[in-house]
Amino acid sequence: MKSVDYELVIIGGGPAGLTAGLYAARAGLNVILIEKIVPGGQVLTTDWIENYPGFPEGISGPDLIWKMTEQVKKFDLNIESNEVISLDLSAPVKKIKLNDRTVTSHTIIIATGASPSKLGIPGEDIFWGRGLSTCATCDAPFFKDKIVAAVGGGNTAVQESIFLTKFVKKVYLIHRRDQLRATKILQERAFANDKIEFIWDSVLISIDGLTNVEKITVKNVKTGDTKKISVDGCFIWTGITPNTEFLKNEVKVDDYGFIIVDSNMQSSVPGVFAAGDVRSTGLRQIVTAAGDAASAVFSAEHYIENL
Amino acid sequence: MVEDVLEIDDSVFDAEVLKSDKPVLIDFWAPWCGPCRAISPLVEELASEFGDKIKFVKCNVDENPITPGKYGIRSIPTLMFFKDGNVVDQVIGMVARSKLKEVINKIL
Repeated sequence: MKSVDYELVIIGGGPAGLTAGLYAARAGLNVILIEKIVPGGQVLTTDWIENYPGFPEGISGPDLIWKMTEQVKKFDLNIESNEVISLDLSAPVKKIKLNDRTVTSHTIIIATGASPSKLGIPGEDIFWGRGLSTCATCDAPFFKDKIVAAVGGGNTAVQESIFLTKFVKKVYLIHRRDQLRATKILQERAFANDKIEFIWDSVLISIDGLTNVEKITVKNVKTGDTKKISVDGCFIWTGITPNTEFLKNEVKVDDYGFIIVDSNMQSSVPGVFAAGDVRSTGLRQIVTAAGDAASAVFSAEHYIENL
Repeated sequence: MVEDVLEIDDSVFDAEVLKSDKPVLIDFWAPWCGPCRAISPLVEELASEFGDKIKFVKCNVDENPITPGKYGIRSIPTLMFFKDGNVVDQVIGMVARSKLKEVINKIL
């Protein structure tokens, strides 16, 4: 075997990365986990999780992450705060370029997750942090007894809108279709909540104000009519974009940039795996991220054994 | 943990931040904000690295509504950089350590 710095490099420290780290460290692999900010990922912005097994009362996103971090520390997982700039996957020994050095590894698990997508509309960049947000658990208390808009119709949009109603006077939930995509239990809770007013078949086309968000413009996609609505804040949950800036064209991705993997979580490059939200899949949950990661480590071990 | 990051309240904001002779990085946070709690170790690390050149303080927006209100803060975590009593830069949300260092080096 050629000499390498690591047998496995895990990129990303959300639920997928931490689970991969747990399995790999516990299996005794020479492994490092590279995290750009701090362990957590999108889960840190999740108020309450009711569908991760083992927590019958539910658990907050940050608490779940801290439990996962505590668990990997028991197995002495090496977590480094660093950033992956690029990958060179042209040879069996993969090169991972970090901020300050390049490391080599037999295998890589990409678990960099995804970030809330931008809408690309006027006002979006200006008002970020000035009434425009994607984190209800962080920012909802700033909008106590105020009126806010929320955009989206999936699980995140609906769950977080319900959370917002604990603080705000009213939420306009703007969705481009005439029905929600969110799971039924969330839909029922949203429909029963009299602080949520639905604006169907509509998209946000601009955000306006002087220094803070004051007004939004929505357009009905069926009639073409536009209207302005006064709001104090606006939360956008219209989907996610994979965090793959460093990837360039080194592995195959789908039309939206998510990494295509086989049933063993292996990408188009042998020895390079993907797990969690960053991979092309129909369902993105904490439990699926954890499951992906366990499979990816199992596959990576198999790959290493056969070198 | 050594107290590298000074917890301040509304009453001492002027004295500790605006009248500081060193540039100041203020971390606006709240206990209910997951990302804030997550980045606080990062801010502490930066404080031990740059503490001789920059004063690091944090402000709990829950207990101190005046200061965040004055600076129009509607999103946390927000890291705001002050020099000679003026805001010179700010970083909203969770950002990479390299980005924070970049901003710090720019204001030094």
